[in-house]
Amino acid sequence: MPAAPSLRATPLNSVHRALGAKMVDFGGWDMPVQYSGIIEEHNAVRTRVGVFDVSHMGEIEIRGPEAARLTDFLTTNAVHKLKTGQAHYSGLLYEHGGFVDDILVHKVAGDHFFLCVNAGNQDKDFEHIRAHNCFDAAVEFSSDRYAQLAIQGPCARATLQKLTPVDLSAIKYYWFADGEACGIPARIARTGYTGEDGFELYVAPAEAERVWNEVLRAGEEFGIRPCGLGARNTLRLEAKMALYGHEIDASISPLEAGLDWIVKLDKGDFLGRNALMKQKEAGISRKLVGFEMRGRGIGRDGYEVLLDGQPAGWVTSGGPSPTLGRNIGLCYLPAARAVSGQPIQIVIRSQPVDAVTVETPFYKRAK
Amino acid sequence: MVPENLRYTKDHEWIRVDGEVATVGITDHAQEELGDIVYVELPKAGARLEQASSFGSVESVKAVSDIYAPVSGEVTGVNTALADAPEKVNDDPYGEGWLIQLKLSSPAQLESLMTPAQYTEYIGSEK
Repeated sequence: MPAAPSLRATPLNSVHRALGAKMVDFGGWDMPVQYSGIIEEHNAVRTRVGVFDVSHMGEIEIRGPEAARLTDFLTTNAVHKLKTGQAHYSGLLYEHGGFVDDILVHKVAGDHFFLCVNAGNQDKDFEHIRAHNCFDAAVEFSSDRYAQLAIQGPCARATLQKLTPVDLSAIKYYWFADGEACGIPARIARTGYTGEDGFELYVAPAEAERVWNEVLRAGEEFGIRPCGLGARNTLRLEAKMALYGHEIDASISPLEAGLDWIVKLDKGDFLGRNALMKQKEAGISRKLVGFEMRGRGIGRDGYEVLLDGQPAGWVTSGGPSPTLGRNIGLCYLPAARAVSGQPIQIVIRSQPVDAVTVETPFYKRAK
Repeated sequence: MVPENLRYTKDHEWIRVDGEVATVGITDHAQEELGDIVYVELPKAGARLEQASSFGSVESVKAVSDIYAPVSGEVTGVNTALADAPEKVNDDPYGEGWLIQLKLSSPAQLESLMTPAQYTEYIGSEK
């Protein structure tokens, strides 16, 4: 059965269907949520290697003599500190300090920045960037020119190295190289959304199917699995990586989300800076914190959180952790109480169930 | 897989009647759609269920799915093994993955449920 015509599809859509993937509507995209099973796919990434089709992600490129100034003005992290070939995680904020999106900024050249943005936000992001293009940089919406594969897990490097002459061991975490993979031009970034070592590969959409198949063949000896959005979510949750629409959105600031490390208030003016300065002076009222269920039940996205028996917050993401074998989640609580060791309750189908706040990330890979 | 000796609901529960007692579970199609089942919430023995009322939930990694009583009755048995091994619902949905046993209060309600042939057609048309 082909995708419903109203949904957008990646170049690998028919490949997923041929592999028997379960498809879901993910923010208007027809995407694989799982192939063999979320837990098996999750474990493949933690212990071996998995490949994800993340071609739904958007790409926006900023070029020209004013590209660096514009990118620095529109994002929270320090763009001027990026070296050519380096990338960082950053926030695209509204003036009031809430998130337009969370993004990756890659410095391709002094006058060229490559932004990887969330699928469901890409149109909005592009409009936002264009509307605030006060420096007249060239802003291009280039999502249609890239398919993106994420190869993640302890055997990701060994898998991908078979397909590229680029020395992958020379690419440090959150750096990238423009080279060749499977005989075609590729941007190879040592980035990911799983908490494991791994790479994100940007290639031409027309070549996506061949690259996907070659990655699966190269990873066969390591037990590679094609992985869907289900495993992507459990993996990123264990690593406490934010998901737009859950931990962050237009009403939440990076300070509340515990993303202070991507906010460089001293770098000069940027969109949202004034609001964040005020928030910092006044102190934030709520903060993101991790929790683990103690009672039986799974605290899930949107469930109410009680503190001292009173409504105090909500779960942003929650579910079973395949790696830990426990039920974990993230929630917003009043800032003063958003520390580990707080007994809380999650309201699960009208019943308060015991949980406790814990340190995050829930999972950190051994270096 | 749709066994012959059972009746089925539109919410993908099955029921097997054995004299006065009936066993209830979710179908192979349902477990397949849900994916890895990680938690099952069931009523206590003695609970009285109305036909089509929710009596618990089955949770996969991603989603919560309510389960509904195929017919009215009193819960006489609960599959407590699922508390520690919810994956039995995936592995053996018509056997070790059963959910509850019921003493039927209106056996005639069974006639309102789908036959194996009807259910097979139903899940075919749902796709």
